[in-house]
Amino acid sequence: MKALRLVVLPWVCCTLLAAASLASTFSSAHALEIKTGVLKVEYPALPPVSRYDEVPEDLGFAGAQLGNEDNATTGSFLGHSFALDTRTAAPEAAEAAVKDMVSSGVHTLVLIANGADTERLAKAAGDGVIVFNAAAPDDDLRGEKCLANLLHVAPSRAMLADAVAEFVLWKRWPRWFLIEGSNPADKALGEAYRRAAVKFGAKIVEERVFEDTGGSRRTDSGLVMVQRQIPVFTQDAEEHDVVIAADESDVFAPYLPFHTWTPRPVAGSAGLRPVTFHAAHEAWGATQFQRRFEKLTGRYVRPVDYNTWLAVRVVGEAVTRTGSDDPAALRSYVLGKDFELAAFKGQKVTFRDWDGQMRQPILLTDSRITVSVSPQEGFLHQFSPLDTLGIDRPETSCKAFAQ
Amino acid sequence: MSMFPLSRSILFGSAALTLALGSLPSEAFANKVFVSNERGNTVSVVDSATWEAVAEFPAGNRPRGIGISPDGKHLYVCASDDDAIKVFDTETYEFLWSLPSGPDPELFVVSADGSKIYVSNEDDNLVTVVDTQSKTVEAEVPVGVEPEGMALSPDGKFIINTSETTNMAHFIDSADYKIKHNILVDQRPRYARFTNDGALLFVSSEIGGTVSVISMTGESGPELKTKISFEVPGVLPEWLQPVGMRVTADNKWLFVALGPANRVAVIDVETLEVVKYILTGQRVWQLEFTPGEANLLTTNGNSNDITVIDVASQEAVKSVQVGQQPWGVVVAPD
Repeated sequence: MKALRLVVLPWVCCTLLAAASLASTFSSAHALEIKTGVLKVEYPALPPVSRYDEVPEDLGFAGAQLGNEDNATTGSFLGHSFALDTRTAAPEAAEAAVKDMVSSGVHTLVLIANGADTERLAKAAGDGVIVFNAAAPDDDLRGEKCLANLLHVAPSRAMLADAVAEFVLWKRWPRWFLIEGSNPADKALGEAYRRAAVKFGAKIVEERVFEDTGGSRRTDSGLVMVQRQIPVFTQDAEEHDVVIAADESDVFAPYLPFHTWTPRPVAGSAGLRPVTFHAAHEAWGATQFQRRFEKLTGRYVRPVDYNTWLAVRVVGEAVTRTGSDDPAALRSYVLGKDFELAAFKGQKVTFRDWDGQMRQPILLTDSRITVSVSPQEGFLHQFSPLDTLGIDRPETSCKAFAQ
Repeated sequence: MSMFPLSRSILFGSAALTLALGSLPSEAFANKVFVSNERGNTVSVVDSATWEAVAEFPAGNRPRGIGISPDGKHLYVCASDDDAIKVFDTETYEFLWSLPSGPDPELFVVSADGSKIYVSNEDDNLVTVVDTQSKTVEAEVPVGVEPEGMALSPDGKFIINTSETTNMAHFIDSADYKIKHNILVDQRPRYARFTNDGALLFVSSEIGGTVSVISMTGESGPELKTKISFEVPGVLPEWLQPVGMRVTADNKWLFVALGPANRVAVIDVETLEVVKYILTGQRVWQLEFTPGEANLLTTNGNSNDITVIDVASQEAVKSVQVGQQPWGVVVAPD
């Protein structure tokens, strides 16, 4: 750790000048140009249950742009210039887009895509490119399907479920009524909650599946139907302390709070939700981040924007500290013990060297304020409390990260 | 107050003695302590002889950085959400005028002659130089992302700014306002402070959990000498977040506020080792000495109080309730 810094720092100290005015004084060995690609794969989607969740056109790109501006400001003092190449593609055109970006000099690539496409596109990018997963929560992408060139800024379903589980158990609500959707992503999320229950000693006393029958989500009579259907759907459940909703498809979870047969709090996909970030978060200097983001975009930040901002900042930080644009050097720095990054969540974020997953606190929000932040007090770990969230080193099935 | 029952009675003893001696000039002579209350939108005034809060007055929206003119007449307060530095009369607490500060001013330093204020503008990646006489902006210096900490070298040559997301200490030449050096430090540099002789500059990194020690006497300019880390048994390393700092005038002791760890670290400047942790109120943020350095004061944002530390014994001796979320502190000169 010391050795690396001693090598880097004298060079930094000598790079004295604001690059804007004195760029010509940098030798070519110091001047770096880093172009990061951001590819968003577009899928057909139904309108969300809540208008608040309508997807802004620049989702993800906006966060990346802010991250790039942050990097560029820092880089101006060091002779490093940063650029973005943002693209949108349909799933069938995404691979060609990745190859085109790579051939135009992109060696750091941020993906906003589902799990299957993230895997496919990371493979297409090849070993010479570091790929950041900013959206896909699939645990198998960090497990048996893990790829050496794929790092995950987005938290896994296991991390999100564990974040909820720690809070719920801190509250001493050990009896869970798990309601999961019928789509594959919902089932995978339900599985993450089952795993979390076993891990932390909760008991799932009742399980039900809410079938996605493809009915309309917002109709004039919706309220009336919901008010009658949800109580019936949730009646006669075993005595429980909390309802856990696993509804990644956004079909039913927002209807659960207030409508359950037994009056109980809801957590998971509605009620108390685990997120990487949200627009009301103010602690740990986050107000400054919110203001900068809102000034740039004219809207509130979304978790995906935060994820892309973070991915781009990881690239910037690695370039700043190593003075290199070599993907292999950047990857090894990012996965090494010297890497640390401030992320407006009270402690530094780092990467797990066994599966490429970023360690980070998970915010729990009621969609208006930060209710709590996991990991919770009292959940201990021999290395970092952050590793109580998600798949720990001894449990990993990832083999691509040689340790 | 119940935290330090024994020490408190000792302090009361010495305060009583001072009062008995009447008007003899003394280090414990009454000075006004001004504390900015970030959430309360006020400044609290505490009497340093009695350690009683004697006044509280409105100070604009989100008051954070706080300072005083060298003659002690004017109190400067960064009203962050008003995009201005508000100037108050230190006797009457009357609002006098606003100085242009650039947007969202957070921290500033006042030049030795009081003619200039150097302000960090958190939202705009700028350091603004304000002329206190003409009440105008003299210069704007582009710096890294989220500028925060400000320091002035004792010889007045360098204005230091730390940028929290860029993670650098920027060395701005006070003659031409150009950045002459940049040094990378650990994550989220919050505060910067020189030793009295100007030989060392300390930069605290809140998220990195370290204090960078920068030698000002390197061959090619300032250079990073080492980094000081912190360790308190029973406290998670993540909570050891260094923020405000003060160095004694004899350059022997560095005090570092450790934020949510609720402690002030005492560092031997000679060895650069932590020798002691002093328990304070909650979320200890900024520090200031009383004139003569008999006491060190800490603002404690979450317990809404200030802790009074006896510098000689390095013990906390008293806490005084102030307003909502105290942020910065300044003490009127003798």
